[in-house]
Amino acid sequence: MTRLLDVENLTLQFKTDEGLITAVDNVSFSLDAGEVMGLVGESGSGKSVTAKSLMKLNPHNAVYGPDTKITLHLDDGPVDIMSLKSAKEMRVARGGAISMIFQEPMASFAPAISIGNQMVEQLQIHTAMNKKRATEVSIEMLDRVGISDASTRFKQYAFELSGGMRQRAMIAMALSTKPKLLIADEPTTALDVTIQAQVIDLMKDLVKDFGMGIVFITHDLGVIAQTADTVAVMYLSRIVERGTVRDVIRNPSHPYTKGLLAALPRLDDLDTPLTPIPGDIPSPLERPSGCVFNTRCGVKVGDICSAQIPDFSDISNSHQTACHLYSSEATPS
Amino acid sequence: MSDDNVLIKARDLSVHFPLRGKKMFAEAQVVRAVEGVNLDIARSSFFGLVGESGSGKTTLGRALLKAVPITRGTVQYDDGEAQIDLTNVDKKQLKDYRTRAQLIFQDPYAALSPRMTVRDIIAEPLEVMGLTKTREETDARVREIAEKCRLNLEHLRRFPHAFSGGQRQRISIARALVSNPRFVVADESVAALDVSIQADVLNLLKEIQQEMGLTFLFISHDLSVVAHICDHVAVMYLGRLVETAPTRELFNNPRHPYTKALLSAIPSLDPDAPKTAQKLIGEIPSPTNPPPGCKFQTRCPNAINICRVDEPKLEHSSTGHEVACHRWQELMNTM
Repeated sequence: MTRLLDVENLTLQFKTDEGLITAVDNVSFSLDAGEVMGLVGESGSGKSVTAKSLMKLNPHNAVYGPDTKITLHLDDGPVDIMSLKSAKEMRVARGGAISMIFQEPMASFAPAISIGNQMVEQLQIHTAMNKKRATEVSIEMLDRVGISDASTRFKQYAFELSGGMRQRAMIAMALSTKPKLLIADEPTTALDVTIQAQVIDLMKDLVKDFGMGIVFITHDLGVIAQTADTVAVMYLSRIVERGTVRDVIRNPSHPYTKGLLAALPRLDDLDTPLTPIPGDIPSPLERPSGCVFNTRCGVKVGDICSAQIPDFSDISNSHQTACHLYSSEATPS
Repeated sequence: MSDDNVLIKARDLSVHFPLRGKKMFAEAQVVRAVEGVNLDIARSSFFGLVGESGSGKTTLGRALLKAVPITRGTVQYDDGEAQIDLTNVDKKQLKDYRTRAQLIFQDPYAALSPRMTVRDIIAEPLEVMGLTKTREETDARVREIAEKCRLNLEHLRRFPHAFSGGQRQRISIARALVSNPRFVVADESVAALDVSIQADVLNLLKEIQQEMGLTFLFISHDLSVVAHICDHVAVMYLGRLVETAPTRELFNNPRHPYTKALLSAIPSLDPDAPKTAQKLIGEIPSPTNPPPGCKFQTRCPNAINICRVDEPKLEHSSTGHEVACHRWQELMNTM
C-alpha cells in the first residue's frame, strides 16, 4: 500500500482569555491509501480538532506546536500542510486532495442554494470542469450514493431532503472532486440505526471503488468495529492506544479503552452490569500531569503515573499502548 | 397483567397535530403523531419505548403526561392513592397529577437555567407546586434528594455552567424527583452523554427506581441501552406500537420484521460479525401521509398483498408478547 498521510508530533493549543488550552498533544499517526482509520474518543478528547488540523481548518486562535509536521503524499510529490499559508495555497488540500463530511448535514449545506448548485460550484473551483460537465458529474455522484431520481434531487434544497438523504448528498459532494483523503467527522451520529447501517455500507463500497484513505471520527466503538481497519483511541488530547481494530477491540490494553468497553451496553451480554469510568473528564484547563488518565484510572502503577508521560509500548507489532503498566514490565526499574 | 397493578392504561390513544396553511375547501392536513395506541404500564416497572426519529415516541410520552392535547382515546392513571382519568380532568386533579408525573429531558445543557443556582433549580418544583411550607422544609427536601442523586451538597450553591454533562443530568434527575412523583418519563435522558458517563446515569436511574418504587417510561432510540435497563419494551413505528414484550423475550425472540431489522442494524463490536443484517431500504414515511395497510409495508422485506390493504392489530398473548404483523407466525416457522 502507498503511504498517503503522515502526522508527526501534532500539538495544538488554543489561546483563550483563561490561558492556553492544549487541545492536541503530540499526536502522531499515518494512513495508507485505501485504509480507514478510526479516531475514537469522548467529547473533549480532541478528535475533531486533530482531524481539522489536517486541513488547517482550526480557528485563528489556534497555535500549532513548532515540531508539528503533517505531510500529504500526492501523485506529484509530498505536500507539507504546515507550510501552506494563504487560503489560496490551502486549496490543494481543502476540497482538493482532502474532503470532509460533517455530523450535521443540515448545518453544512447552505439553506438557500440548491444542492446541485453547491455541488457544481465546488467542482468548478477545484477542477477544470465547465458547468455542463460539472452538472453531469454531480448527478452521476448523487446516483452513485443511492439517491433515487437524482436529477430532481439535484435541483432541490437541503430542507427538502430527509436526514439520511442529506448525508448521502453530503458524501456525494465530498467525493465528486475525487479526494485522496476523506475526513468523516461523526458522519452517522445524527442518523437512525437503520439509516446508519445504510450509510456505513455505502462508505465501505466507496472506499473499495475510489481507493481513498478515510479518517473516521466517532465516539461509537461499534461503528468503528464495522468500518475501520485501524483505530486510535484519544483521551484528553492524547492518543492512548492504537492498533488494528481487531487488536484494540478484542484485546484492549489501556485502562481507558478497557473502561470504555466495560461502560458500553452490549446486546450480546445483558447480565453484566454496566461499569462506568469513575469521575468526569477533567477540564482542559486543569490537565493532569503525567498520564492524562491518571485521575480516573483504577490500576495506577504508582507515583510515576502522575509524574511522567508514558511512551508507547508495543503490545504486538500492530498494537501500541501509552501506559506505564506496560512500560514498567519492559524495563523494570 | 391484572388491572390493579397497572399504573398507566392507554386505550386507542391518538395525538394529531393540524398543519397550518389549509387550502380552501380542501380537507385540513394533520400529522398523525400517535395513532390508536393501547398500552399498559405496570407499577414499579422500567418500561422502554424505542423507535426511530419521527416514530412518535416523544409525543406518546408527553401525551401520557398530558403535556400535549389528546385527540382521541383515554388514559387512566392509578397509583393506588389517586385515580385520574387524563382525558377528563379538572384543574385540581391536573395539579395533583403534575406532582405525581414528571419528565426528565434529553439535553442537560438546555434543560437547566444558567441564572439559577443548583439549589434553586431543584427547589423550584416544590415552590411552584406549594409542596413545602417553609424555607427550612424546602432546603431539607432539596438536600435529601440531592444526596440520593449523588450530588455533592457543596455544589448546591453553584450555577449549572460549573458542571459536566453527567453532573448536570443528575441535577435534572433530582429536580424531576423532588416532588416525590410516582411516574417519570425519561426522554432520551442519556443520549447526549458520553458512554463512560452514560453508564453511571443509567445505574443511578435504576437504583432510584428500585429504591423509591417508581415507574419509569424510558424513551430511547438506543436499543442496547433499553435492553440493559428496562423490564418491558414497546417498539414504535410511525405512531403505532408494532411490538411489546418483556425485554429478554423481545431481544431473544423478536417477532415483528421492524424489530428484527432494528436489532440487526446495530453495529456489532465484533469486526468479523457475520453480515446477516437484513438491511432496511428507504426511510420512515411522512406521518402526514402514511401508507395504507400496515405502516411498515413500504420498507418491509416480507410484505404481501394483505399488508398493503389491511392494518394489523396488536395481538395479545398470555406471555405478554404482543405483535402487530399479519405474517409473524408464518415467518417464525420459516426462519
